[in-house]
Amino acid sequence: MPMKIGDQPFFGRVKDGLEDSFMRSAVTSAQERMQGKRLAAVEELGDWEEWRKLGEEIRTHTLENLDYYLQQLSENTAKRGGNVFFAKTKEEANEYIRSIVEKKQAKKIVKSKSMVTEEINLNETLEAAGCEVIETDLGEYILQLDDHDPPSHIVVPALHKNKEQIRDTFKEKKGYQKTEVPEELALFAREQLRQEFLTADLGITGCNFAVADAGTVCLVTNEGNAGLVTALPKTQITVMGMERIVPTWEELDVLVSLLCRSSVGQKLTSYITGLTGPKEEGDVDGPEEFHLVIVDNGRSNILGTEFQSALHCIRCAACINVCPVYRHIGGHSYGSIYPGPIGAVLTPLLGGYEEYKELPYASSLCAACTDACPVKIPLHELLIKHRRKIVEDEGKAPMAEKLAMKGYEFAVKHPSIYKAGTKSAPVALKPFTKDNSIKSGPGPVKLWTDTRDLPAPSKQRFRDWYKQKRKQEDQHNGG
Amino acid sequence: MKVSIFITCLADMFYANVGKSTVELLEKLGCEVDFPEQQTCCGQVSYNSGYHKETKEVAKHMIKAFEHSDYVVAPSGSCVAMLHEYPHLLQEEKEWKEKAEVLAAKSYELTQFIVDVLKVEDVKASLPACATYHKSCHMTRLLGVKDAPSKLLSQVEGLTVNSLPNSENCCGFGGTFSVKMGPISEQMVQEKVESIEETKAEVLIGADCGCLMNIGGYINRQGKQIKVMHIAEVLNSEGK
Repeated sequence: MPMKIGDQPFFGRVKDGLEDSFMRSAVTSAQERMQGKRLAAVEELGDWEEWRKLGEEIRTHTLENLDYYLQQLSENTAKRGGNVFFAKTKEEANEYIRSIVEKKQAKKIVKSKSMVTEEINLNETLEAAGCEVIETDLGEYILQLDDHDPPSHIVVPALHKNKEQIRDTFKEKKGYQKTEVPEELALFAREQLRQEFLTADLGITGCNFAVADAGTVCLVTNEGNAGLVTALPKTQITVMGMERIVPTWEELDVLVSLLCRSSVGQKLTSYITGLTGPKEEGDVDGPEEFHLVIVDNGRSNILGTEFQSALHCIRCAACINVCPVYRHIGGHSYGSIYPGPIGAVLTPLLGGYEEYKELPYASSLCAACTDACPVKIPLHELLIKHRRKIVEDEGKAPMAEKLAMKGYEFAVKHPSIYKAGTKSAPVALKPFTKDNSIKSGPGPVKLWTDTRDLPAPSKQRFRDWYKQKRKQEDQHNGG
Repeated sequence: MKVSIFITCLADMFYANVGKSTVELLEKLGCEVDFPEQQTCCGQVSYNSGYHKETKEVAKHMIKAFEHSDYVVAPSGSCVAMLHEYPHLLQEEKEWKEKAEVLAAKSYELTQFIVDVLKVEDVKASLPACATYHKSCHMTRLLGVKDAPSKLLSQVEGLTVNSLPNSENCCGFGGTFSVKMGPISEQMVQEKVESIEETKAEVLIGADCGCLMNIGGYINRQGKQIKVMHIAEVLNSEGK
């Protein structure tokens, strides 16, 4: 499973996450910083809800007409001299890219940030083919140097690391001699990377959005590395998830604004790069050969299902930045390169319930994610849909839970049974009750009382009090 | 005005005083209160766990239980949000969907009802205390009730309400989440209680029994001296 991070089961990963106090403080402060910036950028725009609605409409329209726009993109890219390859699977994508690399006899490859190439595990394929692959996004570069530590966030991949850890990694792997001051670290990385750009044979990028009617690929960065990846090497390959498309520049304008504001709290990032096919006569830079690889890898199975809106995602990570579960367990606990609420929705769709059955339950359904999403993906509702599917379509719910839910339904539908149940609760829990609270409960109650007290049931239920009150009033009025 | 109380299963069983306060408060405000006896639970437990077939039956039962009510008022935003989910849940059964829409349109969370329907912001309550208020996620985000609680609390005589840091963050209850994902839930409630302590409040006020059971249970376990009160109890206070 290429999306997958590590082999540990879910609760083991969560335990590691919860015990990693450094990671947790890094995540907490990053969340608060990014949330604050996002809210300010959103506020500044004014009618944010209208913008979100527009974003949702654009994404819905595009996904409903995806075949049309993919065709258009493909034709327009070809018209401008680019090659288009549609990969049904990750294997097809990897094989195509590997064949280009081989044909070009490329040895050194520079890459700008791309989640889809993480998803298909492209680096491993290229390294196995004998290439040196260099990540040029600063966060990705740090992770790559640190023995391929996986990303824990889709926008800020090294979010879980602090400057001291980065200094140590640079020192150990690259002979860095200076301090942990971020400017010094960045300058060092810049010097290292500049050499790589100048000597690379081939550049690989991801794709934030492709503009269908222009045949243009758009890259959003703050470091300018994507510009160098696409300007210097003679061959460029852009890999895109097949849903990352907009009809025209007009829709791009809206979505780039939503993306920049929601992900990093900026009006626009420092660089928005648009690339249309290979370099033409008179162009001073740009690749001589351009390939666009459009990756399906399970996405078309999501189209037309109740989960289609998950494909509306523009990878801004606003949902991750507000998620209280992510806040405590960090990105690696999700076991996928796609963490947080969107990860909990998307990962089981792409990787299956067998591998990722816990993820839809790793949410308190607080809906902070749904509220933050700039294209209005109803994330918490999609998590409930997953749960329904696991229970009702896949039959994967535990037997005890199924029986409990049947019993619950029966009691709730039969008020006499329900009332008998609530009446007997104080009696049943009496042996466990002390000072009006239960510190160690029986059966499933224990899961609660492991960490919290449970209040003792009221000695007189509300409904008994109510009946008594009305009776007294009647007597009073009658007498 | 005739108002039917939907007491919710948690308040019926564990927090009878919340129910009593709700009835007394609404009566003070001039409502004629009744309690339809056939009501049970809103079905959120099974719905959020993915058991939608069972939940449809629960929803139909609740629709019948409140069929003759003019208004349905509950001291819980979360349970009312679930009632509002019924039309969607029953969308494939036309007749039930229509009935569900009727129920949803007449169902209100307590503070929402007082502010939006009764048009009252000062309920003449008095509680000399320093408190902080926990916003419940479902009440604010799903039901969209954001301002009613603070409007009402600001008028309570003697009450100071300090703002709660990171008030947007969930307390970690989440129904079955609190037991299925116990270790994560524990960290969430721990952080919430730390934030509450930062405010130096002596009383934590909330509007949902689920959140209060979670936060209160953790406060108790840690032996902290913070009193937990439902907003219905606060608004019904005549403390000197």
